[in-house]
Amino acid sequence: MERDKSKLKLAADHISYEYDKSGANRHKALDDVSFEVYEGEFVGLIGHTGSGKSTLMQHLNALLKPDQGTIWYDGQDIYEKGYDRKELRRRVGLVFQYPEHQLFEDTVFNEVCFGPKNFGMDEKQSELSAYAAIKKVGLPDECFYHSPFDLSGGQKRRVAIASVLAVKPEILIMDEPTAGLDPKGREELMEMILSLKESEGLSIVMVSHSMEDVAKLADRIVVMDKGHIVYDDEPRKVFAHYKELEEMGLAAPQMMYVMQDLKDAGFDVRTDVTTIEEAKEEILRIVT
Amino acid sequence: MGIIDINKVTYEYIRRDEDGNVEGITTAVNGVSLNVKAGEFIAILGHNGSGKSTLAKHINALLVPEEGSVIVDGMDTADEDKTLSIRQTAGMVFQNPDNQIIGQIVEEDVGFGPENMGVPTKEIWERVEESLRTVGMYEYRKKSPNKLSGGQKQRVSIASVIAMHPKCIVFDEPTAMLDPKGRREVIRAARALNDVENITIILITHYMEEAIYADRIFVMEEGSVVMQGTPETVFSQVDMLKSYRLDVPEVTELAWELKKAGVPIKFPILTREELKEELIRLGKR
Repeated sequence: MERDKSKLKLAADHISYEYDKSGANRHKALDDVSFEVYEGEFVGLIGHTGSGKSTLMQHLNALLKPDQGTIWYDGQDIYEKGYDRKELRRRVGLVFQYPEHQLFEDTVFNEVCFGPKNFGMDEKQSELSAYAAIKKVGLPDECFYHSPFDLSGGQKRRVAIASVLAVKPEILIMDEPTAGLDPKGREELMEMILSLKESEGLSIVMVSHSMEDVAKLADRIVVMDKGHIVYDDEPRKVFAHYKELEEMGLAAPQMMYVMQDLKDAGFDVRTDVTTIEEAKEEILRIVT
Repeated sequence: MGIIDINKVTYEYIRRDEDGNVEGITTAVNGVSLNVKAGEFIAILGHNGSGKSTLAKHINALLVPEEGSVIVDGMDTADEDKTLSIRQTAGMVFQNPDNQIIGQIVEEDVGFGPENMGVPTKEIWERVEESLRTVGMYEYRKKSPNKLSGGQKQRVSIASVIAMHPKCIVFDEPTAMLDPKGRREVIRAARALNDVENITIILITHYMEEAIYADRIFVMEEGSVVMQGTPETVFSQVDMLKSYRLDVPEVTELAWELKKAGVPIKFPILTREELKEELIRLGKR
């Protein structure tokens, strides 16, 4: 993929990381990984459990320090002496898996105000920022003074995302934001994330186990396996390697298999199809 | 009578303020009746907060109904003397494998249940072996559970339940945290338990693809059962499912879209194989 280097925001530069370096469970989670995030793009990060996705995520906002290599943000090495890594953590927002388990305040509004206050914004600014963030995630006004614990699963998750948005990040990294949500909840949350990208110009990195979701939303897909990045390309090119993906415990979107079935049966159809809409068009061509 | 007989069950969560005054009442399950025959594979669908998990917790007496009754293999869950045998009869597998595994080694984890039940040592080992073989995890018996993938951990959780020789297993969103391979492994294990061991399966899921193997599907909304029937009947009602915040499998949706575009395609279609056959019949090569 051709990219405009002037829009490069964040880069992991040949990083390696090992857990339990001196112990019995010594294990190399990242092995010479290079990974870039550009302004305003949506990156899907996929890989089986234990492939290194979460370890990589935690490097991107300096929660873990690489053993080798470094991280660049806006052209600066974040491990250079004097670099403000707290500010980096504000710019690169991390939404963990099941973030609703981390809610603790008595009202939704206080919950969302906590982040900005913690990053040193004054009372007034924090409140304005929290208000805007709650609006952005699409929570109704009457939620503001409810306890976050009285909300539904999908709403709690929105509160958790709003808490990260309230500190005004430039990149939002999310670990399986739709896990455990019902189909409609998944769809709504995905729409909300897309709108953040469109209206705020946020860059998004989304870790997901749903091949359909990343195929639909991501501009680029990065595939991890055993601590390495094995593919980094636009979705249909990555999913063309569906056989290799299966060997890694992943898969291609359902629709790609459907088209492959038809091709195997002798139809002249495209197989680089990832969504229902595209599959429908291709099939209408051969049945009408 | 079936193995599980849920009869007009109602359950409410009551929220109280600091002084113990009632702040609000949420009726999670509202007059639900549901009968499951031994050896059946049942799927329960419904959006977050529709009452599925609350209902499921009634099946092994984690919750006892406020109104109505739940009879499991002839035992009333309201009878406290029966609680232990009910939990042996109806096991549960939850969403997060990390919360269910307690042993340091896989076989120890699987042996915990039968040991706790007072099964003689020799038989415990037989059960551990048999359960791990059933879910295809026998080679991992000496491993530490933290070394396993999500799908493997979840299969260990299943083995731990099977080791107690249940007649019925309730799976509460067992694949929500797993990668595609893990999801396949767990669903395959559940289907094999049903087909081969004849264990009754109740699967709660948000993945419509996983429900197509069920004998019957129940759809819950606001604490009530609003749809029920075979996968064919339930998934043919695309608009109604969507109104309940649910969906249909992707291939079903594709067939639905083709049908709306005027293609004389059979409906519903639930599997890739069916879709392929239909399109071969309809298509021009």
